[in-house]
Amino acid sequence: MAEVTLRGFGWRHAGRRAWAVRGVDLRIAHGERVLLLGPSGAGKSTLLAALAGLLAEDSGEAEGTVEIDGLDPRKARERVGVLFQDPETQLVMSRCGDDVAFGLENRGVPAAEIWPRVDEALARVGFGHGRDRLTAALSGGEQQRLALAGVLALRPGLLLLDEPTANLDPAGAALVRGAVARALDADTTLLLVEHRVADALPLVDRVVVLEPGGGVAADGPPGAVFAAHGAALAEAGVWIPGHPVAPRRAAAGPGEVLVRAAGAAVAGRLRPADLTAHAGEVLAVTGPNGAGKSTLALLLGGLMRPTSGAVEAAPAGAPHRWRAAALTTRIGSVFQDPEHQFVTHRVADELALGPRRLGRPAAEVDRVVAGLLDRLRLTRLAGANPYTLSGGEARRLSVATALATAPRLLVLDEPTFGQDRRTWIELVDLLAGLRDDGHGVVAVTHDADFVAALADREHRLAR
Amino acid sequence: MTALLPTFQASTAPLGRRNPVAKLAAAVLFTAPLIATLDPLTPAVALAVELAALPLFGLRPAELARRAWPLLVAAAGIVVTLVLFAAERTGALVVALGPFDVTTGVLWLALGMALRIVAIALPGVMVFATTDPTDLADALVQNARVPARFALGALAAFRLVPLLGQEWQLLAMARRARGLDAGRNPAARLRLFASTAFALLVGAIRRGTRLAVAMDARGFDAGTPRTVARRQRFTAADTALVVAAPALSAVIVAVSVVTGVFRPLIG
Repeated sequence: MAEVTLRGFGWRHAGRRAWAVRGVDLRIAHGERVLLLGPSGAGKSTLLAALAGLLAEDSGEAEGTVEIDGLDPRKARERVGVLFQDPETQLVMSRCGDDVAFGLENRGVPAAEIWPRVDEALARVGFGHGRDRLTAALSGGEQQRLALAGVLALRPGLLLLDEPTANLDPAGAALVRGAVARALDADTTLLLVEHRVADALPLVDRVVVLEPGGGVAADGPPGAVFAAHGAALAEAGVWIPGHPVAPRRAAAGPGEVLVRAAGAAVAGRLRPADLTAHAGEVLAVTGPNGAGKSTLALLLGGLMRPTSGAVEAAPAGAPHRWRAAALTTRIGSVFQDPEHQFVTHRVADELALGPRRLGRPAAEVDRVVAGLLDRLRLTRLAGANPYTLSGGEARRLSVATALATAPRLLVLDEPTFGQDRRTWIELVDLLAGLRDDGHGVVAVTHDADFVAALADREHRLAR
Repeated sequence: MTALLPTFQASTAPLGRRNPVAKLAAAVLFTAPLIATLDPLTPAVALAVELAALPLFGLRPAELARRAWPLLVAAAGIVVTLVLFAAERTGALVVALGPFDVTTGVLWLALGMALRIVAIALPGVMVFATTDPTDLADALVQNARVPARFALGALAAFRLVPLLGQEWQLLAMARRARGLDAGRNPAARLRLFASTAFALLVGAIRRGTRLAVAMDARGFDAGTPRTVARRQRFTAADTALVVAAPALSAVIVAVSVVTGVFRPLIG
């Protein structure tokens, strides 16, 4: 049982000019199940961190009040459980049972009660393995389910879920949603942040919409909120049911072959694959986790050598033998995690790096950088450190860096992962435009909507 | 690095299943006296004792060899280095390798050093090969009064170590995709290495921070006295092991002193 009250709440992280969240008035009663929505940058995660008591007093400036059962959240930590996005950094112990027991030990639960409570929590989330199972042997969805059991074992009155399925493939996400649905009872107050609203709706009975810097924009039962604000929310980037995205079909047929894999395989990671990618075509590579999709993307991108078979790319030869600078003019690779590809300290330098390595004249470099900043709505951030960008901004930048050297072929690994609707549509439009300009696009993806909206052809890998 | 990888087999052998803290203390106490001597016979006897104890730890020689090979490489390296470069060249000439006079004195010294390295490090390898890291952390907290914040924090961080190898590979490929490669230029190679290492470090710190937040969210910083789900016991047999190890070692050193083979490190 827990009740949440926010009055004029605001928080500004130390060293930032803008408030992360401001002017929030909200009351959540015992046992209510609330979906918290809002575009990127509306402060949803900050609000959750405040409720979890994880905003240290000296790490920023507060405004208004936030209370859980009348207490400062920093003093009500025992009443609150949090599940974060990334399963890998939530598991502490190497065996599943030990991991669930970890929180109970911390809270000083008597030793005799620990194991019964561990078993109860594992059963509550429908965990299918024994206590001795190694956490490293679990899939992402199972890991996240285990992390949920670790949170529930502490019997929190308030459960906070911060996009718990954003890093998971569709099967893993379904697993976690199932576990949450199973675990909820009348005594648990739920606050859930989730981009994909349709998936989250069965879990909640109330929707609260935050506006960047503007407090609560809408509040009420899901049906009423979406009827009144659906279009505006979709426009702002929230995935609202009933607002489909129109497909972008190719204007012309495919052109010449840009890359060809002939029986290309990597021992232990990818079974022999045959595939060709053409100019003026979007090819989607799909398949279950563990089928080697990302490895195939690395082979096509000239970043890895096949252990058997061959990869040939235009103009000639095996791309993994090319010098890096030459590679960037022919094939651009965009990684799943944008931060892996950042190597400078400013957004503008990130874009200038490729053209400079090719020895392009300064004036031309400036023109390319300015053009890309404008095209991908990054001009305002030209001087920012790439590591401080939001998920959507970082994704746009990582695509822009690949485009800076104008390669004919673009290979992307899960480009739409965890993106809000607005960035998603921008990416689809951008890639459709590149295709119609005669570029080839290969995208490894789990995202069925993305395949439906953009792909001209689908290559499915089997495990 | 095979010896450092977080693999182990939970042991049921008489010494293998002793309390991890007792095993660790025994290993340290057994090897400490061996540092004092330069002769090859003392560590050779100690090594023989260690190898004789292998079955008591439930370790097969092949398993030990798989884990301890870096140690043998290090020992071989020491022999080669000393044979070539040792300043003191006493004793009879065995063979002249070009400018290097290999004498009995040099060989004796090199052999002593190599055996010392192996004899001192091997017990550590034996302990870690038969100890579950979770049990070690538990025992450190419960039996050696190491703060839980340190022992369990280190244990959790340890779990992330295998990820670093994959991460390095990914970062290196991501740099190539950005047009960065070093070719044959050693300076460029060093710069690229440094920048990749820095990115790895930044990523590791971020991941570590996220893990720390998740741990604190589950009450790790609560300050209430922790209870333990897995009780580690320190029994009379564990005490006996901790007492017997240095006693055995002292006997070995005493015998080498009495028989006159002992060559003190200092003096």
